[in-house]
Amino acid sequence: MSEAPRMPDECGVPDPMPLMHPVMRENFGNWAWHDRPRPGVLHHVAKSGAEIWTIKAGTQRQMDVYTIRHLCDIADQFADGHVRFTARSNIEFMVSDQARVQPLIDKLTEDGFPVGGTGNSISMISHTQGWLHCDIPGTDASGVVKALMDEIYQDFIHEEMPNRVKITTSCCQINCGGQGDIAINVQHTKPPIINHDLVANMCERPAVVARCPVAAIRPAMVAGKPTLEVDEKKCICCGACYPPCPPMQINDPVNSKLAIWVGGKHSSTRTKPTFHKLVVAGLPNNPPRWPEVADVVKRILAAYKEDGRPWERMSEWIDRIGWPRFFEATGLPFTRHHIEDWRGGRSSLNTSSHVHF
Amino acid sequence: MALKHQTPMLDQLESGPWPSFVTGLKRLAESEDKPYADMMQDLLGQLEYSYTTRKGFWKGGTVGVRGYGAGIIPRFSEVASKFPESSEFHTLRVQPPAGMHYDTDTLRKMCDIWEEHGSGLIAFHGQSGDIMFQGSTTEGTQAAFDALNEIGFDLGGAGAGVRTSMSCVGGARCEQSCYNEQKAHRMIINSTLDDMHRPSLPYKFKFKFSGCANDCVNASHRSDFAVLGTWRDDMKVDQEAFKQYVAERGRKEINDQVINMCPTRALSMNDDDTLDVDNKSCVRCMHCINVLTKALSPGDDKGVTILLGGKRTLKIGDLMGSVIVPFKKLDTEEDFEELVELAESCIEFFAENALEHERIGEMVERIGLINFLDGVGLEVDPNMVTHPRTSSYVRTDDWDEEVAKWEARKGAVAAE
Repeated sequence: MSEAPRMPDECGVPDPMPLMHPVMRENFGNWAWHDRPRPGVLHHVAKSGAEIWTIKAGTQRQMDVYTIRHLCDIADQFADGHVRFTARSNIEFMVSDQARVQPLIDKLTEDGFPVGGTGNSISMISHTQGWLHCDIPGTDASGVVKALMDEIYQDFIHEEMPNRVKITTSCCQINCGGQGDIAINVQHTKPPIINHDLVANMCERPAVVARCPVAAIRPAMVAGKPTLEVDEKKCICCGACYPPCPPMQINDPVNSKLAIWVGGKHSSTRTKPTFHKLVVAGLPNNPPRWPEVADVVKRILAAYKEDGRPWERMSEWIDRIGWPRFFEATGLPFTRHHIEDWRGGRSSLNTSSHVHF
Repeated sequence: MALKHQTPMLDQLESGPWPSFVTGLKRLAESEDKPYADMMQDLLGQLEYSYTTRKGFWKGGTVGVRGYGAGIIPRFSEVASKFPESSEFHTLRVQPPAGMHYDTDTLRKMCDIWEEHGSGLIAFHGQSGDIMFQGSTTEGTQAAFDALNEIGFDLGGAGAGVRTSMSCVGGARCEQSCYNEQKAHRMIINSTLDDMHRPSLPYKFKFKFSGCANDCVNASHRSDFAVLGTWRDDMKVDQEAFKQYVAERGRKEINDQVINMCPTRALSMNDDDTLDVDNKSCVRCMHCINVLTKALSPGDDKGVTILLGGKRTLKIGDLMGSVIVPFKKLDTEEDFEELVELAESCIEFFAENALEHERIGEMVERIGLINFLDGVGLEVDPNMVTHPRTSSYVRTDDWDEEVAKWEARKGAVAAE
């Protein structure tokens, strides 16, 4: 009789305590205050008097084992053998002795890992999988991020923005990258192109019909085969039908464009959380460095950097100056497509005599 | 070893100051003594092909490990005839330790495992928080999982089930932490693992845990069930430290950047340069505490606010999470168990009442918050709304009974 197959140990979320830097473990829940001695470095002081310095560095997120071992070597030699990652794929090294901060910064910088991403900097762009691994991507993710981080590198390693800037990218309109002060998302402009030979076999048709936000999909027969068809006048080209039905191809090398959104904010700090708003669409999907996208992002960042007041996030800056000045300051056009016509859209209209001149 | 495919587009992503993932991919492809080298040669070829054609070439499928119905993201190449060695390139989604802490020993073991069983390419982390071990063959997937499972790591979520979760650094390093984020994270997820590993919910369900309103893991919008730290007594003010800030930075800066930025006008500077706080008006937004870290801090009577229903566009449009529990203590084991029970009630109600492919926020939008609150046994609270209704289209026959319930709840709180 053969041996019974190994069944999983459903151990769930690992306990971080054994993995955590000992100073953090010993002072868990008992910290007093912190400051930022320089960009890329946090200094936390515990109620016990213990201190810890955190050195934050950017990574490429999609890491080969050589890079990870390299970071481990740095952690073993220059820190205390512990690291953590932030939600935006930055790596953090912790040291309990101030004298070890500078050598660690020097080593990371020398080895090509930029130290920064703290406070009022532009942190690492949160990104998705793109052409590297996703089954429905309109564009790449890692490449867009690499190209943009090269462009805004100086604002990662310095803290010179009005407040922190969170940028996100997403390769389709599902928007896995999430809300951002600036969000760069694929925006399709043409209805799906349907391969009628494959729909019946590959798609659960009622589920696909139900998936459409504007009820533009209906069952049909084409050349004697059951399939689906799209009312192209109603279609908003969102691509929601494509994941459950791959023969409804939404991605197109020319017509899948990039759009830029601004003013998303997750925190409840000062203002309540906000969604990002469309400011530009129709940008070409132009690998390997997406220069048209980078140009718009840099224009928005420059206007915000120039005019934003300390602690104002992108959304708060625009709230203060008003949308007319935002479009003026960035040189971007305002079109009919900026006016919301989705459900609840009326709440975005100006229902007052407050007008910016 | 030379590269098998020319990659002129990707080559352009090797220059510039930011670390290059392309350089890493090439290094894996050039490791001719490693089992993954051929796979990564063709992977680079397919990625370059995507860059030149501006199209993606992966399709899903069915790949799993014994005992689980989720956690592996299958990827089969649609251009396998051109790039046969990377025709199978699946991802293992693996749950990170709460707070994403690692020691180098653990990371090195992960590298060794992935070098033996996978492609050598790992992402720290995906958007839901998973460690993504990207690039295994169908055959290699089980062995890779077994090895990772042996060192204490478990698969995360995918599909219509509970998803992998994230918690902020919290109590491990942050003085603004208002509860034990990692404990809440581990208790909730580890008690809902069945719905993660064998997904059978209407659609995905995400939990996230942030220690304060700064919400460093983006729980409010990016989770169906967001647990955010807060406190209900007065915030703490070290007046001497505050005066020191005023002396160093000047009154104008403190007024402009702290006092006047308070969203509820709860702050004012006294004539002697001390701080006056109207704690009843404060909404615990964290701004002043963020700016004046040495002078201001959260109070002692800490706990959490719970928001439900955050999600992105599909299908009805974006939804922020909204308050379903304004305040809950999270000190004792019993408190944590109550939190887990609430999470389980929400999942249960979701499983029974949501339509297929409907998120819980969309379900609440469809049935109304009141029906949801009744379903999970929560009482209404004015903190759940921005303002009361503006429409008169409502039946109020039972107004007196509802007022009696409110009075009874108020009486019960007063008696505590």
